[in-house]
Amino acid sequence: MNAARRAPFHSQGRDPVALLGVAVTGFATALILVILAVILGSVVIQGLPAFSWRFVSTVPKKDFFDVNSAAVLPMIVGTTIRVLVMTVFVMPIGVITAVYLTEYARAGSPYTRIVRAAINNLAGVPSIVFGLFGLGFFINFIGKNLDRFSGAEGPNFGQPAVIWASLTLAVMTLPVVIVATEEALKAITPGLREASLALGATKLQTILRIVLPNALPGILTGGILAISRAAGEVAPILFTGAAYFMADLPKRLTDQFMDLGYHIYVLATQSPNIEQTTPILFATVLVLLLLTFSLNAVAIIVRARMRRAMRAGH
Amino acid sequence: MGLKRGHQARPVELLAEILIFTVSLSTIALILLIFVFVGREAIPVLLGKTNSALIQPVIPAANLDQLQPAEVREYLGLTAQQFQEMDRETLVALMEAREETSNDIPESFRNDPDAQANTTQFRYLFRPHQWTGYDRPEYIWQPVGTIHKYNLMPLIVGSLKVTLIGLLFAVPVSLGAAIYVSQLASPRVREWVKPGIELLAGIPSVVMGVFALLLLASLLQKIFGYQFRLNAFVAGIALGLTAVPMIFSIAEDALTSVPRSYTQAALALGASQWQASWQVVLPAALPGVFAATVLGFGRCIGETMVVLIASGNASTMSWSVFDSTRSLTATIAAEMAEAVSGGHHYRILFLLGTLLFAVTFVTNFVGDLIIHRLKGRLEGRG
Repeated sequence: MNAARRAPFHSQGRDPVALLGVAVTGFATALILVILAVILGSVVIQGLPAFSWRFVSTVPKKDFFDVNSAAVLPMIVGTTIRVLVMTVFVMPIGVITAVYLTEYARAGSPYTRIVRAAINNLAGVPSIVFGLFGLGFFINFIGKNLDRFSGAEGPNFGQPAVIWASLTLAVMTLPVVIVATEEALKAITPGLREASLALGATKLQTILRIVLPNALPGILTGGILAISRAAGEVAPILFTGAAYFMADLPKRLTDQFMDLGYHIYVLATQSPNIEQTTPILFATVLVLLLLTFSLNAVAIIVRARMRRAMRAGH
Repeated sequence: MGLKRGHQARPVELLAEILIFTVSLSTIALILLIFVFVGREAIPVLLGKTNSALIQPVIPAANLDQLQPAEVREYLGLTAQQFQEMDRETLVALMEAREETSNDIPESFRNDPDAQANTTQFRYLFRPHQWTGYDRPEYIWQPVGTIHKYNLMPLIVGSLKVTLIGLLFAVPVSLGAAIYVSQLASPRVREWVKPGIELLAGIPSVVMGVFALLLLASLLQKIFGYQFRLNAFVAGIALGLTAVPMIFSIAEDALTSVPRSYTQAALALGASQWQASWQVVLPAALPGVFAATVLGFGRCIGETMVVLIASGNASTMSWSVFDSTRSLTATIAAEMAEAVSGGHHYRILFLLGTLLFAVTFVTNFVGDLIIHRLKGRLEGRG
């Protein structure tokens, strides 16, 4: 870094245009940070009064707009279950695809390029379209057909459920896992693989015993990022599993569930008295943000440790 | 990293490789499945097979025997599967029910030309129509009611309006921040800003919607003094905020991938740090900025929760920024629950989804292509 970078204002001389440019771009940066601070600050300040142990640990009654009985335990449970089930599906597929791309595929071959284009496109599909896909494919196609073949009375699989919401989210977060895993795999020096192969290990042995264990922190980071992305998503689960109200916690994968993000939407738009609901609303937002940010923080710490360990390694 | 398979390739190795290859197909398969299964529900609309007219031709149940099976199936709107499972009596009952519904239509609609119109035809979907009781042709989205009005233009305009406001806010702010962070700021500032942006990216869109609903809406109304508290402007700004992290990181990535030698050459020739960034680095990275805008467009037009909560949800045709509005995404989210599965409303909502998928498919493709080319050029490949 040269000296100029440490003092952006002093290095511009007397050029007013340059000074203005630095001021404007600096203002844009500050604006983003200020807005972020306002959002987080207002959530904490307005959310804390209604935030209590009872709030996060009890099941609410039907009228969850009332400050005295509002609670979010079923939503926390619902959101947790749906992201955990999602992880079970997305991790193996995402990791194996990344292994294919880094270890087996020839870089630049037409097939690899199509796969990469597919991953990029998957990452850009609107979340509501994933919701439609979940409804059209998982519920109306797979679910309804399962019902037909199982021959049970009434819809069992062909209706919104935890499993369908989780699968929809797994499709949505697949690119996150693939990209993170690929990065982790690429960060491993080729020397490590070559040493393993030179000692007589086969390619599969090298991947299973050398490459993947070394990439584990990065792979876990990908998983956590996928979870934190999915935890706050509402649009994909609107038609695939989220319930407005349930008296009980979900027990089977074919049950519907209450969800933190969806509950925030309900509180914000369907309250009979928004003034009265605002503290509950902010407290629920606080719970969701605590959940996603703590997951993000874990991912950032794991990544930092991994980088440090790697730097120490060679 | 194309290492060869171990020199003693055993069957297990080959099997594993085939398995791994098969799993990698899943990404391509998923894109195709999304296209097929979202598109599939919309196909009847595209082919003109749906009919939303209130008054439909009635065939008396007594005439069942004179009809071909295929005609009966089409008349009753059954799938081949359903049709096979039905016996004659069920078919008669269905036809009688059909007759009855037709007889129940209120007298006031019997002579209304709109009641005979199939409103899922393209001219009703995209062109203005003079409905009974209106004094000029208008674009109207009113899917619930006796006569279903499915004009998509108010929603398309709503989506574009909100997206453009979002981009007009997000692109300058993100680009400014990207220039500052990558070119001008000290490393210490950068260490503060980058996690901040990551934090912003971690805020779920439903939370951004709540922020817009409760704080931003009141603040902006106080400043600009417009009539409706929730409108396209509020939703657009909040939408822009959700797109800032993505546009910032793509732009910042493009700016930092410009070789240091460009800046150093400019500085050696006597340019100030700002001049080097503005006149040398930025032009070199401009395709990346353009790609960030294109991808940001795809991100904004596909965002649901912010618009659903903060735009006021009025599906009126208006180009005014300060009117309440509604986007394609918000319409799907708000109305799917009440749409009958397999009905025309349901199919039209899937048509909106297909439209969104097609638009984002194109923007993603174009955006990635530009970034790929830019990286190649800056790294001296081609």
